[in-house]
Amino acid sequence: MSDAAATTAPIVKPKISRDDWIMRIAMMLIAVYLLVGIAFPLYALLAKSFQNADGQFVGLANYITYLTTPALSWSIGNSFKVTLIATVIVMFIAFIYAYALTRSCMPAKSLFKGIALVPILMPSLLPAISLVFFFGNQGIIKEWLFGAELYGPIGIVMGEVFYVFPHVMTIMLISMSLSDARLYEASEVLGASKIKTFFTVTLPSMRYGLVSAFFVAFTLIITDFGVPKVVGGQYNVLATDVYKQVVGRHDFQMGAVVSMALLIPAAFAFIADRIVQRKQVALLSARAVPFQPKPNPMFDRIMLAFCSLVGFIILSVLAMAAFSSVVKFWPYNLSLTTKHYNFQLMDGGGWDSYFNSIELAAWTAVFGTAIVFFGAFLVEKSRGFQHGRTAMQALCMVPMAVPGLVLGLAYVFFFNHPDNPLGFLYHTMPILVICTITHFYTVAHLSAVTALKQMDPEFEAVSQSLKAPFYKTFWRVTVPVCTPAVLDISMYLFVNAMTTVSAVVFLYSSDTTLASVAVLNMDDAGDQSPAAAMGMMIVCTAAGVRLLHMILTRGIQSRTQAWRKR
Amino acid sequence: MASDNVAPYLKIVDVTKKFGDFTALQGISLEVFEKEFVCFLGPSGCGKTTLLRAVAGLDIQTSGQIFQKGRDISALPPSERDFGIVFQSYALFPNLTVRANVAYGLENQKVAKPKIEQRVTELLDLVGLPDQGTKYPAQLSGGQQQRVALARALATEPGLLLLDEPLSALDAKVRAHLRHEIKELQHQIGVTTIMVTHDQEEALTMADRIVVMNNGVIEQVGTPLEIYSQPASPFVADFIGTTNFIDAKLVTPTSARVGNTDLSLSASPPGIAEGTEVTLCIRPEDVLTGSRADGAPNQMTLPIHHVEFLGSFHRLHTDPVGGGAGLMIDVSVARAREIDISVGGSIRVALPAEHMNVYTAQR
Repeated sequence: MSDAAATTAPIVKPKISRDDWIMRIAMMLIAVYLLVGIAFPLYALLAKSFQNADGQFVGLANYITYLTTPALSWSIGNSFKVTLIATVIVMFIAFIYAYALTRSCMPAKSLFKGIALVPILMPSLLPAISLVFFFGNQGIIKEWLFGAELYGPIGIVMGEVFYVFPHVMTIMLISMSLSDARLYEASEVLGASKIKTFFTVTLPSMRYGLVSAFFVAFTLIITDFGVPKVVGGQYNVLATDVYKQVVGRHDFQMGAVVSMALLIPAAFAFIADRIVQRKQVALLSARAVPFQPKPNPMFDRIMLAFCSLVGFIILSVLAMAAFSSVVKFWPYNLSLTTKHYNFQLMDGGGWDSYFNSIELAAWTAVFGTAIVFFGAFLVEKSRGFQHGRTAMQALCMVPMAVPGLVLGLAYVFFFNHPDNPLGFLYHTMPILVICTITHFYTVAHLSAVTALKQMDPEFEAVSQSLKAPFYKTFWRVTVPVCTPAVLDISMYLFVNAMTTVSAVVFLYSSDTTLASVAVLNMDDAGDQSPAAAMGMMIVCTAAGVRLLHMILTRGIQSRTQAWRKR
Repeated sequence: MASDNVAPYLKIVDVTKKFGDFTALQGISLEVFEKEFVCFLGPSGCGKTTLLRAVAGLDIQTSGQIFQKGRDISALPPSERDFGIVFQSYALFPNLTVRANVAYGLENQKVAKPKIEQRVTELLDLVGLPDQGTKYPAQLSGGQQQRVALARALATEPGLLLLDEPLSALDAKVRAHLRHEIKELQHQIGVTTIMVTHDQEEALTMADRIVVMNNGVIEQVGTPLEIYSQPASPFVADFIGTTNFIDAKLVTPTSARVGNTDLSLSASPPGIAEGTEVTLCIRPEDVLTGSRADGAPNQMTLPIHHVEFLGSFHRLHTDPVGGGAGLMIDVSVARAREIDISVGGSIRVALPAEHMNVYTAQR
């Protein structure tokens, strides 16, 4: 090899075309959005945790106070304890449930799949309120706890198990359906017993799924605020501590410190999960034959019984919320009424909160989908600009690692800072929209990337050779082909904007009260039934949007099946 | 077609492409003339697609220059170059009809609507799909999709047509048919064409000139016949067609020693000193057998180990001439009726000097 000639030859500096310029500027704009939406607020939060109430830098003083005040630092241990217990329980139940759906021949599988997803439609406050009606001081079956107290770790664990069940079950379902039937056949031919096959084939093939499910459950639970808020009682966990410090005691510095304590485990779990998922992709690439279960009456019946029990519990939690929202005076007068839906008489902003929530969800879905999808397109399909794209990709992943409460508090510090020119956004609808889009950015971004990766990588090359500007091809080809994914993303954003409490709880104003926050405030004021009623409004809206999404998707699929390969 | 006094249409000068530490192309220089059909041929990873993408501006070279019609296009983005391209995947827009796909490039040229319609109809006629215009790509067969991609690439009348493994995704019958069709079409409209392929048969049947590449460098440039009959290196000889390698030592410029036998050569290339280890290459079909071997030089009798029947001919595997691998000899079915080619027997053969190429031994 004659390297001498190559090293002396001048490096060709590619000319940047008009398209490249437009794409880079657009990418910069989205990067600016993400900097303002996540990076700067996080910095403001971090800075705040090193300051005293007057804004002077005090080093680690706040952290030392925090760690040396047992009343504060206990919640770290509490959080880890309930989170780990709930994670183990939910993984166990979700594993069997998913196993039944993939490995048995029990009937009504799609019904059970649907039931398992019901908790997604509820803000996490709502199942906790249901638990109160079941096991609280006036609960109908409170004696089932054998005298134990619902308020505290027991209630938190029960509520969290319910809340994260659909997420964990879905991950397990996916990783189980990736199993290769050929391995099972080989195992059977070699004479391995069912139990040996389970431990040598089933478990190893889904190890990444299990680890991923663990981290997802862990993160969701430790950062969840709704359940411990309602049934936590005197048992402090990190998430409720942040809220108490800020809303109860107006101690913003300590709020920032507790936020950091919450951010660190969540960020770790997130990073661990990303590493594991990257490995799972490598596992996936082999062409496997999907596993087909064979009927086994005994096993199928046991699985059906298990799923029926779980399904029954899920539906009764929902039913209890619905029921308690329409009875006159729990538990003394069970005649039906709609008076709890007369929100005008309650704290929390009345019906306006509900319509504000709809507005927030709609804006989030519209702008969020546009920003996320276009941003993902730029990251995936632009030419050159490698460093910029890598940085952008990294920025898109950050929101996932940040718990909602932490994000919300960070917004308070950043946007409410007297020197911030964006301060006019504080206490407005736009800041709620920005915060909510950012909060759910990562998952939406990843589904957009997945959809874009399935497109022929040469579309952009062809359109350049045909001298078509990139935005023309984006509009005429990319968007139509990706319409199902675009709808998925907008539905995901809409439903989450309806149900989320954590990030927005610090950001709403009297003009922008939200339904989910109203649930919180009415529950706080002891109005459980109206809180359940508002919660049911959220559930019904979310369910309605899901239904609409399903109809739209079906319609598009049938209208475009001429060119969609299936 | 390639003539020295005509300015080349495309001129590639000392192009090098690096991906980090990996050198994908090393100092490539090449000229392509107007209306020529050139194939970049080589095994996967040889750099042929990288070179094509550099010509298109999709992955611009690290250093070196590319001129098209005398214009320096080295640093230009694809949108400022003049070419049409067909990919292995065709990359047809799935949600647009065949007509809309073909019209896509014309719309960007601000051509009037009726003109576009007329041109699209023309192109669909040209590629033999006059009544498929309203269908979507997914409703067409692979071969038809390939033709649509071709029509789309040709719609704007580019000066250069780039084909990136256009036939690899098709089954053998369709491939053979389209090979001929594309060549016809190219001849008819006279567009300068570069095609990347790993399929030697494709290159031999379609190209005016073949550029054989390996490990990021050009091994040989020549007409299919030159490449086949006078391969410039053992790599080319091995990659194109089948060849026998015989280890030998050069005794005089016209003879080499193999084991205990001396073989006479027509002429060894200049620059190889006597006494050097060399590799002799001869194609299985060039080995003379039976009566044709009578009186020829380099005669020998070799035991037959194994016979493969390959349709129109038998391939005999025999003892090696000296050391090394055994010899492969192709005997046509017709000739096989005259001589005995049963396994365990022997065969009398001659290695004609004019078909033996001599290379410095590698490794």
